[in-house]
Amino acid sequence: MADISSNFLGIKSPNPFWLASAPPTDKEYNVVRAFEAGWGGVVWKTLGENPHVVNVNGPRYGAIHGNDRRLLGLNNIELITDRSLEINLEEITRVKKNWPDRALIVSLMVPCEEQNWIDILKRVEDTGCDGIELNFGCPHGMSERGMGAAVGQVPEYVEMVTRWCKTHSDLPVIVKLTPNISDVRQSARAAHRGGADAVSLINTINSIVGVDLDLMAPTPTVDGKGTHGGYCGPAVKPIALNMVAEIARDPETQGLPISGIGGITTWKDAAEFMVLGSGNVQVCTAAMTYGFKIVTELAEGLSNWMDEKGYSSLDDFVGQAVPNVTDWKYLNLNYIAKASIDQDLCIKCGRCHIACEDTSHQAITATVDGVRKFEVIDDECVGCNLCVSVCPVEDCISMVQMTEGTDPRTNKPIDPGYANWTTHPNNPSAVKAAE
Amino acid sequence: MSIKTGEGPDIRSSRLAQEDYSKNFGDIHPPLASHEAYVEADRCYFCYDAPCTVACPTSIDIPMFIRQISADNVKGAAKTIFEENILGGMCARVCPTETLCEQACVRQEAEGKPVKIGLLQRYATDHLLEEGDKVFERAALTGRKVAVVGAGPAGLACAHRLAMHGHDVTVYDARKKAGGLNEYGIAAYKSVDGFAQREVEFLLSIGGITLDLGKSLGKELSLSDLRQKYDAVFLGMGLAGVNSLRAEGEELDGVVDAVSYISDLRQSTDLSRLPVGRKVVVIGGGMTAVDAAVQSKLLGAEEVTILYRRGKEQMNASDYEQDLAQTKGVTIRHWVKPNRLIGVNGKVSAIECEYTEEKAGSLKGTGETFTLNADMVFKAIGQNFVAAPLNGSAEVVELESGRIRVGEDRRTSLGDVWAGGDCIAGGEDLTVAAVEDGKVAAEAINAFLSR
Repeated sequence: MADISSNFLGIKSPNPFWLASAPPTDKEYNVVRAFEAGWGGVVWKTLGENPHVVNVNGPRYGAIHGNDRRLLGLNNIELITDRSLEINLEEITRVKKNWPDRALIVSLMVPCEEQNWIDILKRVEDTGCDGIELNFGCPHGMSERGMGAAVGQVPEYVEMVTRWCKTHSDLPVIVKLTPNISDVRQSARAAHRGGADAVSLINTINSIVGVDLDLMAPTPTVDGKGTHGGYCGPAVKPIALNMVAEIARDPETQGLPISGIGGITTWKDAAEFMVLGSGNVQVCTAAMTYGFKIVTELAEGLSNWMDEKGYSSLDDFVGQAVPNVTDWKYLNLNYIAKASIDQDLCIKCGRCHIACEDTSHQAITATVDGVRKFEVIDDECVGCNLCVSVCPVEDCISMVQMTEGTDPRTNKPIDPGYANWTTHPNNPSAVKAAE
Repeated sequence: MSIKTGEGPDIRSSRLAQEDYSKNFGDIHPPLASHEAYVEADRCYFCYDAPCTVACPTSIDIPMFIRQISADNVKGAAKTIFEENILGGMCARVCPTETLCEQACVRQEAEGKPVKIGLLQRYATDHLLEEGDKVFERAALTGRKVAVVGAGPAGLACAHRLAMHGHDVTVYDARKKAGGLNEYGIAAYKSVDGFAQREVEFLLSIGGITLDLGKSLGKELSLSDLRQKYDAVFLGMGLAGVNSLRAEGEELDGVVDAVSYISDLRQSTDLSRLPVGRKVVVIGGGMTAVDAAVQSKLLGAEEVTILYRRGKEQMNASDYEQDLAQTKGVTIRHWVKPNRLIGVNGKVSAIECEYTEEKAGSLKGTGETFTLNADMVFKAIGQNFVAAPLNGSAEVVELESGRIRVGEDRRTSLGDVWAGGDCIAGGEDLTVAAVEDGKVAAEAINAFLSR
């Protein structure tokens, strides 16, 4: 049985699954339920200064659903904790005392003045918590007041506040990054320069989740008006994965620990974040959709997969896929693949044909000898994988590498060697191969 | 088995408690709720050159209407259906989808569970009929007039398409209500709450169609008169004759034509007043046989047996219908034919049957017989076209295999007369096929009138 215990920045937890700073971690009651269910740790919902903020008393969430109401994406306009700092600190102290084996991180957001940070850091340290997370991410509400994403979007501020926290506290500092920027590496580098022990990402994506066409207003609608909110859930996972990978493979931030966040719903999602360089992961929307019990599946699924693969600890696979994330220009242009349709599995829906015919390369037949049959025309197939993507039957279409002979599309012989864009004759700035 | 020839037949009404009638004759497939429809619609793959559409006799663009349901455009979905099949609501209820669109559905091949096309079609069409939105407009009026004989699916479909093209149509029917077999012939549990009439009203709402009921060819009407008064004529009068058993005792009381019994049942306002036998035998292997058998059972008959002279595969009733009959407690006996009906005091009491077998391509009795007690015997061995009322016209409409011969465009041997539905040679005995006949004929008539 694989060991899934986690040691992230020296903070130990029985598994790498933490609940992200969000409504599920706003109160002792919820957090205790989470720990009872088996969560490895929590990042307590962001604390701010007194007087505490207030939230709207109408809808705070909006959602994107699949046809069977499966929640694909969630958007929220809730702010940081709307309970007093004292009550939160008291509860945090008690929870940490009662659950010493679980990770308890406190998320913070106060105005960008050094003294404000000094004041709150001292009080937070007294709780006995394991570390702090700087909320530089929330894209709604707090950003209008110069906090959250308003800080995270300016690398200089990220670096400055991070440095204050490292200067005035001995606690490990995790900097939570906003995805609402053009290049996430700039923020990560800034945090790194400021002395951050880790970055966590992504926070929510700025969004309008939908528009009520009767009310003519964005949803969720509060008394006829709506505002942009933070988007999260399964829909944001691909964006998060890329940002995690970009930081993991950036030479300037190499080795900087990452806590992966963004639509993690199953163990497999978690494993994907971890092989791209996340030392642990944080979960929110999946818990808000299904409750805390999902951690059982996360832990067991990860453990089973590790057993299958022969990984005995998390360190065996964290970051393993990072070396295989590269720039487009380094992809092997000599690699030739062709789609191949398994006629026994094919149910003859024709989606591969029409996708290819209408929108791609006219490389799949609709009929063969007058009979409805979908076959790949190798002479036209560029190996784009669109047919695989639209086929409703798993494993019916696969991409098969050509290892010898001639590519019938280009009439060029298969070259077993490696060649990429940097040396390609069509590239005006190609590097001439040394003779 | 001893034959209780001494006992009189047990045929009576009120076999069930009143509430059981409404329960038994309620909707056989309850309609989909909107969330169910939304989820089911999501199962459709939106196939290219979709096999379901190819399998539909009226070529409804099924993937498109399902996509429209999925996109919360139910009215658009209904319009997509009605554009190809103006009786799409009834067809959603009575089509043997398991041998048409749903058999062709790629999910049938993939997992044996086709998309529930029939129920989705019903969802969309019900929605439009309930909302009462008008989706069809007539073209500029042409001043041309067409007579349609028979207000069944073929005639109504033809009339609607002609009205759409701007022609004025008069639809004649021998019965008191329009709808044909939709109104008089289909099992009650497939068309509850007067749906057939509601659909007729919807169809007529386009305008330009006049119903003239209680008139039939050969009595109040003659084909030659119609040809003189109208620019074109469409014949869709169905099959008026019932095939005879050609067995001794056919004239006995209690030997009933299944088609007229079903018609009585459909028109009954109080099913508890409809008499049914305690032991019922149905002779035949088509949809009508199943409808008569199942409904007898639902009316409270104790034993219902279908006798069919060939095997399961040769039955015209679909597998689904056969399963339905058996689920409802009907016994189906294959390879059995009636030899003679045994009566007491002029009333049927039993039926002598003989096993059959197929030898060298022909069906023969084996000589082995048995006897079944029966209080009521339904004849459901098919109907035939009665050509006599067509007589009287100067020119004769040519027949083929006893029915009206038509070309690809459903034109008869007379240049200004078209025909469709069960009365034409090669007719498929399906509502949806009749609708297609009417539609094709209407387009041909329109082309003819637009010369």
